[in-house]
Amino acid sequence: MMNITYGCILLLFASACLASIDAHDFPDKQMQLRHQALIGELRCPQCLNTNLAGSDAMIARDLRREVRRLLMDGKSDNEILSFMYERYGDFVLYTPRLHMGTIFLWFGPLLFFLAAILIFLSIIKNRRKSIRQEVDREELAAILRAHAKDLD
Amino acid sequence: MWARLPVIKNKSLIIPLLLFFSLAALLWRSFSLEDPSLLPSQLLDKPFPEFNLEDLHSSSRIRNANDLLGDVSLVNVWATWCVNCLIEHPVLTRIAQGGVTIVGLNYNDDLQKALAWLDRHGDPYSFHVRDNNGTLAIDLGVYGAPETFIIDESGIIRYRHIGVVTEEVWAEKLYPIINLLRGKSA
Repeated sequence: MMNITYGCILLLFASACLASIDAHDFPDKQMQLRHQALIGELRCPQCLNTNLAGSDAMIARDLRREVRRLLMDGKSDNEILSFMYERYGDFVLYTPRLHMGTIFLWFGPLLFFLAAILIFLSIIKNRRKSIRQEVDREELAAILRAHAKDLD
Repeated sequence: MWARLPVIKNKSLIIPLLLFFSLAALLWRSFSLEDPSLLPSQLLDKPFPEFNLEDLHSSSRIRNANDLLGDVSLVNVWATWCVNCLIEHPVLTRIAQGGVTIVGLNYNDDLQKALAWLDRHGDPYSFHVRDNNGTLAIDLGVYGAPETFIIDESGIIRYRHIGVVTEEVWAEKLYPIINLLRGKSA
């Protein structure tokens, strides 16, 4: 009974997957896997946060077909990504390319991380310095003396 | 102890404040951008992509990019399934009556429906190419309809407008650009 339930749940997902990907035929399994990978990392230009694989938009359907055509033409994965980039820009790639417009996107976090380390180090340094300065030797000696007296 | 912390003397404490303000400025800018769904065109100032597509009205006539040369023109991506195309149609008609060449790119459409649509609503276009597989649309980076491109007389893409061409869009964006381009070519 349990197995049947799980089977049904699986089937639900299976149909969702099949519905979103056109039944394209490929000469070999390898190319089909490459197609799947490519439409997984290309973003649908119309629907703001879905990849080509997961979108039902007309443009996503056309672009999936275009990716297939380019694969059949013997284009490499990189050439296909460039093809899309030349037409749809940074938006279409989930891993944006490195150029002036995306430099902050790539290295901004590193910059913030380095800044955090610098600030952290300077705080530690300052604290050490201020602790050292605050020890008043005479005051300390007086406290120790008083304490010694108490013990006597 | 806290009272003695050198707040102003320690210059490095200004850094987080600066970082905060730069981040705030960045977020302010990105949240006030017009509309995240409007993608910038990759093709601005580049030649109109090559194509060989049937004319909508006569399938034996093949149109190509040379048909766009010689005059500043609008290339309008439209389809019968596109509701907003009907909204901009009267505006395009007025623009064409004003003497601007408009070329239609009939996008992923049914031929009979497209012809019937033009019969019913009028055809202000100089000609239409029939992009039944969306191949030219992909080369143009089109992802919906309507979209309108301004092409100069030597076939270079000068402007892309995504969405409906309203009277305001025409008056404030398209018309000034066309005027500028015509001034240059005259």
